[in-house]
Amino acid sequence: MADPLIAIVGAGPAGLRAAEALVAAGLRPVLIEEGQRDGGQIYRRQPEGFQRGYRDLYGSEAERAARIHELSEELRTKIDYRPETLAWALADQCLQLSHRGRSDNLPFDALILATGATDRIMPLRGWNQAGVFSLGGAQIALKAQACAIGRAPIFLGTGPLLYLVAAQYLKAGADVQVVLDTAPPSRRLAALPQLLSRPGLLWRGLALTAQLRRAGVTLLRGVTPLEILGGEGGLSGLSFRTHGGESKTLACDAVALGYHLRPETQLADLAGCAFHFEPETRQWLPEADAEGRSSAQGVYLAGDNTRILGAEAAELSGRLAALAALEDLGLASDETERRRLVTDLARMERFRKGLVQAFPWPHHFAKSLPDDTVICRCEVVTAGDLRQSLDLTGAKEVNRAKAFSRVGMGRCQGRYCGHAAAEVIAAAQGVPLETVGRLRGQAPVKPLPVATERVVA
Amino acid sequence: MNGQFHRLAEQQRPSIAFSLDGQAVTALEGDSLLVAILAQAGHLRVSEFGDGARAGFCLMGACQDCWVWTAAGERLRACSTPLIEGMAILTKPAEDAWLIP
Repeated sequence: MADPLIAIVGAGPAGLRAAEALVAAGLRPVLIEEGQRDGGQIYRRQPEGFQRGYRDLYGSEAERAARIHELSEELRTKIDYRPETLAWALADQCLQLSHRGRSDNLPFDALILATGATDRIMPLRGWNQAGVFSLGGAQIALKAQACAIGRAPIFLGTGPLLYLVAAQYLKAGADVQVVLDTAPPSRRLAALPQLLSRPGLLWRGLALTAQLRRAGVTLLRGVTPLEILGGEGGLSGLSFRTHGGESKTLACDAVALGYHLRPETQLADLAGCAFHFEPETRQWLPEADAEGRSSAQGVYLAGDNTRILGAEAAELSGRLAALAALEDLGLASDETERRRLVTDLARMERFRKGLVQAFPWPHHFAKSLPDDTVICRCEVVTAGDLRQSLDLTGAKEVNRAKAFSRVGMGRCQGRYCGHAAAEVIAAAQGVPLETVGRLRGQAPVKPLPVATERVVA
Repeated sequence: MNGQFHRLAEQQRPSIAFSLDGQAVTALEGDSLLVAILAQAGHLRVSEFGDGARAGFCLMGACQDCWVWTAAGERLRACSTPLIEGMAILTKPAEDAWLIP
């Protein structure tokens, strides 16, 4: 039998470690990466010619980032590496790949999806204005381009990224005045036992907060965001309620916004993977066994596209998914190593549950979003438009509500509004969130130019 | 207004000339198109749904909010397109852009 073709989508820590394990087994996997450079978002590389060192760019993760980048260089000649390539559809054990305006088929024997995550967003009035960026976006501006998103940015939301990005901005010389966290202070204490499952990481997180405090940055917890203010000349401020109930407005010219992360699951959906509802995070996640097998034959899940375990865990789950694929294909796969990786990931899973508890998704905001709040920024569907459409049609399921209101139908395919829209529907119809369902993935998973040509073999 | 973005480092790179809505401007080698524009302007485009200016959001190719156009009618995602010397960028599509596939 010829060597099996294993395709990996995503050249971040999970995809690269998966490729490494497959190469070690004597295979030549295809590694597909949409971006120009590999490393993923967390170890994102700056362009050629930039001078900042690893310590500046990645802080405490400098060595880990360097190892991932070295691995990627080392693998380059041993794999079929396809950068600037979008896996835009998937059916019948075959990916559709588009590269520079041309699209081709890639039939595979096994597929490892390592597509990562994006920021999870709860809208607020004014978030659709120029000058509001996701926290991940704010981090990319700094890491990949040495820019701050504004001269006076405010950091708003919750989750580890909130403090990490603010601290990175501070270190890079940006004027960081305020970090606003929607998580109530009491939640962190309750999460402590679970967070202690990774003491080193917890310590690094606490150190970030300490750095911000030492620099005189105001850290407020338990806030309720009200509105991002602005006009023709750009953003002017942010209004919110403090934990104590006091209304405040602070001046700013940029806002970095995010409520932890959501997995990027479109391809898993197209592959026919089953999803389950996770009550703690109030989101649907693709199902995977302990080694990364999805419910779809020959499709494996690795990294943050399954559950948000972070970059270090992504390296482990990437390797594990590759070993599982080898095992299933009847090739040599070290069972002892697989067991060890499963154990390590279980510890990281406890930490994840701790983060979920410490930085909860503020679903209760959805109910009280004013009617003129834009939910879908692609097509400017407001909370009022959505609620009115629900009243008229009685829709209680998110794909049905999408058909009537166009929420989630825009060019981001609901990546940024889908979770909030589901919460608005659940609150308006008085039904549990899990019965509202999730937006189905659709091909093409990202917009393609109409002029894309099919390569005819 | 000043640009939305504020450069904090890496400013020793060579300068690159391009045009933005017909105006001759410069940015730095290695800039993404998004950074090249937002270093001197407040936005990238105007929302076709009437809610004002947009400047991108996710910077990782997921939100599709940072679309700009070339004079030739091509649509570019500014966050993931490197700036190239001589590019002619428009912050709204040319009137006949719908004719161009």
